[in-house]
Amino acid sequence: MIIKNKEIIADDWMVLRLGEHDVAESVTVVPGKVIVPLQVWLKQRDALQQRAEIGVWLASDERPETLRDDIQKFTVIAVDFPRFSDGRGYSIAFNLRARLGYTGELRAIGDVLRDQLFYMQRVGFDAFAPRSDRNIEDALKGLSDFSEVYQNSCEPKLPLFRRVQRKGNTAQQV
Amino acid sequence: MYRYDEYDQRIVDERVVQFRDQVRRRLSGELTEEEFMPLRLQNGLYMQIHGYMLRIAVPYGLVSSKQMRMFAHIARQYDRGYGHFTTRQNIQFNWLKLEETPNILADLASVQMHAIQTSGNCVRNITSDEFVGVAPDEVVDPRPFAEILRQWSTFHPEFAYLPRKFKIAISGAQEDRAAIYAHDIGLAAVRNEQGEIGFRVLVGGGLGRTPVIGTEICAFLPWQHVLTYVESILRIYNQYGRRDNKFKARIKILVKALGIDEFKRQVEADWTDLKDGSGTLTAEEVERVAGCFTDPAYETLSNHDSTISAYKADSRPFTHWVMRNVRPHRVPGYVSVVLSLKKPGCTPGDATAEQMDAIADLADRYSFGELRVTHKQNLVLADVRQKDLIQLWQEATALELASPNIGLLTDIISCPGAEFCTLANARSIPLAKSIAQRFEDIDFQHDVGEISINISGCMNACGQHHIGNIGITGVEKKAHDEWYQVSIGGAEGNLSSIGKIIGPSFTFNQVPEVIDRLLQVYLQERIEAESFIETVRRVGHEPFKKHVFATELTVEEEPVADKHAVVPAKYEVPFYSPRF
Repeated sequence: MIIKNKEIIADDWMVLRLGEHDVAESVTVVPGKVIVPLQVWLKQRDALQQRAEIGVWLASDERPETLRDDIQKFTVIAVDFPRFSDGRGYSIAFNLRARLGYTGELRAIGDVLRDQLFYMQRVGFDAFAPRSDRNIEDALKGLSDFSEVYQNSCEPKLPLFRRVQRKGNTAQQV
Repeated sequence: MYRYDEYDQRIVDERVVQFRDQVRRRLSGELTEEEFMPLRLQNGLYMQIHGYMLRIAVPYGLVSSKQMRMFAHIARQYDRGYGHFTTRQNIQFNWLKLEETPNILADLASVQMHAIQTSGNCVRNITSDEFVGVAPDEVVDPRPFAEILRQWSTFHPEFAYLPRKFKIAISGAQEDRAAIYAHDIGLAAVRNEQGEIGFRVLVGGGLGRTPVIGTEICAFLPWQHVLTYVESILRIYNQYGRRDNKFKARIKILVKALGIDEFKRQVEADWTDLKDGSGTLTAEEVERVAGCFTDPAYETLSNHDSTISAYKADSRPFTHWVMRNVRPHRVPGYVSVVLSLKKPGCTPGDATAEQMDAIADLADRYSFGELRVTHKQNLVLADVRQKDLIQLWQEATALELASPNIGLLTDIISCPGAEFCTLANARSIPLAKSIAQRFEDIDFQHDVGEISINISGCMNACGQHHIGNIGITGVEKKAHDEWYQVSIGGAEGNLSSIGKIIGPSFTFNQVPEVIDRLLQVYLQERIEAESFIETVRRVGHEPFKKHVFATELTVEEEPVADKHAVVPAKYEVPFYSPRF
């Protein structure tokens, strides 16, 4: 199960992670819906792009610009959070959406926890695979911690000061 | 002051709800301490030696009398009757219970305050000059921009898990009083030849283990672009700052590694896409926020008050106080007054609940109900009528807030040190007290004149020891002992510099004697009205080193059994993980 578009849904994608002895050039990518590591995509691109549906995932130290020319080929792009405190994935997501114009599913995988979900959705993630030892219904609540935000990012595109008419100094003095 | 509208209030209220639930999940064990730690830190909550410490944000140091009374309430209700003002213009409480912190945040939200991002690897509280809006040398009032940056950085989704903490300071005067060279980003609001407002942007300054003076990345950034430019700096840092070594994770290390030219190239390549985009500031928004920082109802007064001069002739203590604690104001007949939280014998930066209530009353009666916290851990009444000075001085004296020592030997900046902090190698506060007591003689202090002594209990430099004229750092030679390194030549302001260590470290009781010897050299070498730092710059470190180490420092030591246990804990702390 994953969270997508703020709902818990069944998920039939498989995330391929390279084992200790696997090599990106030669690892077998099973048929079906597979999200492959970036390195596997780059090495097996010719074969993989024949598939009807393919996904790719980026590690937190990989550059989304690597996918610039391929960006519309993917049904899913995932970004891995090796630890929830590694914040590089937020900038990767922002760049995928805002700079590279990616419009498909953008999924957070790895150490994905409830208290990070609100920020993740704002930088462009629309799908989340919370850590398997956690309650997914509980994680879903993390998406609605705040009803208003100040700054622009991927969501919303406009900062508060461009979206609403804010009050000036007429408010009650503290 | 800035006043929350419905949006500001809603965001802060929702934070209280969110944090209350996070605390509930921690207490029930749903969240591990490892998972909870970054969440509580982004709410300013530390686990210290004796309990939880909460750091409350005082945005750019501005606080109303009503908010000050709330601090007093928190001190009484949840703590041990006092609070500690910090070098980043915040206030912290040291003796809290985890389960009570959501209620404290709710109390704070009721007076438009919070503890958001006062710790953690995120953008911290924006700091500024304590004389914003009133200093005669101000070029641009930076308060609206400080508030706009506060809002922009609050819960910024992309920059909540940076490689390390990120500190921004903003100043708008000719003289830098906000230590902008010692911040990850320093912003100096300036005007160009056409009179347009913009920012000189510094990047990669910082203290800590590797002290660096910030480097200019942009000489003039038009004000409209300040948010997007800062965003690009943060995005480059978020992606490329080191995450493998906590001690090399600050932006200064990245800037040094890439070189300022390459760093700037990357920032501006990122910025090209954002420039003139939706994050660009509008004149309407700046005007809206600036509307909260208009002048109070100043009276038309003259700068000449004969009663003050007459009183000065009669009272040396008052004369000393006016000389050190009273600052000029851009409006005739008004002055700014620094209330000293540095009475010798007291903990630098501490105020009791009773003092806080009384300070709030002083603000209401003498300064339009507003106060500022200084990064030197004092408080400022910014808008005092000159004609009220005598009465204010009398009242402040009765409250023990009128030590005439601002900028002098006993105006010591100190971190909490090993008695409170798990990171510290050595005690800071008792050393600050010991130094202050040794040099308590006010005539001697005035003779020595302008000098800054900064004490940090470890190299993390919360006491900003690198930029103290005399800097003192706690070090450990072997586990559990405490030693102090002494450096001289550090300075903040327009001539910022990093101090240099004078030699091997000293014991606790040797430090006051070392300072005495440093002062002897200064008093002997100084020319006319030269300050300590000016003499150091002119004669160099050598004469100082030579004299300090000329003869043995024979000082009796009373060993301290456990430097972390000097302040006894009163109750059991849940999830307490002692350092030793």
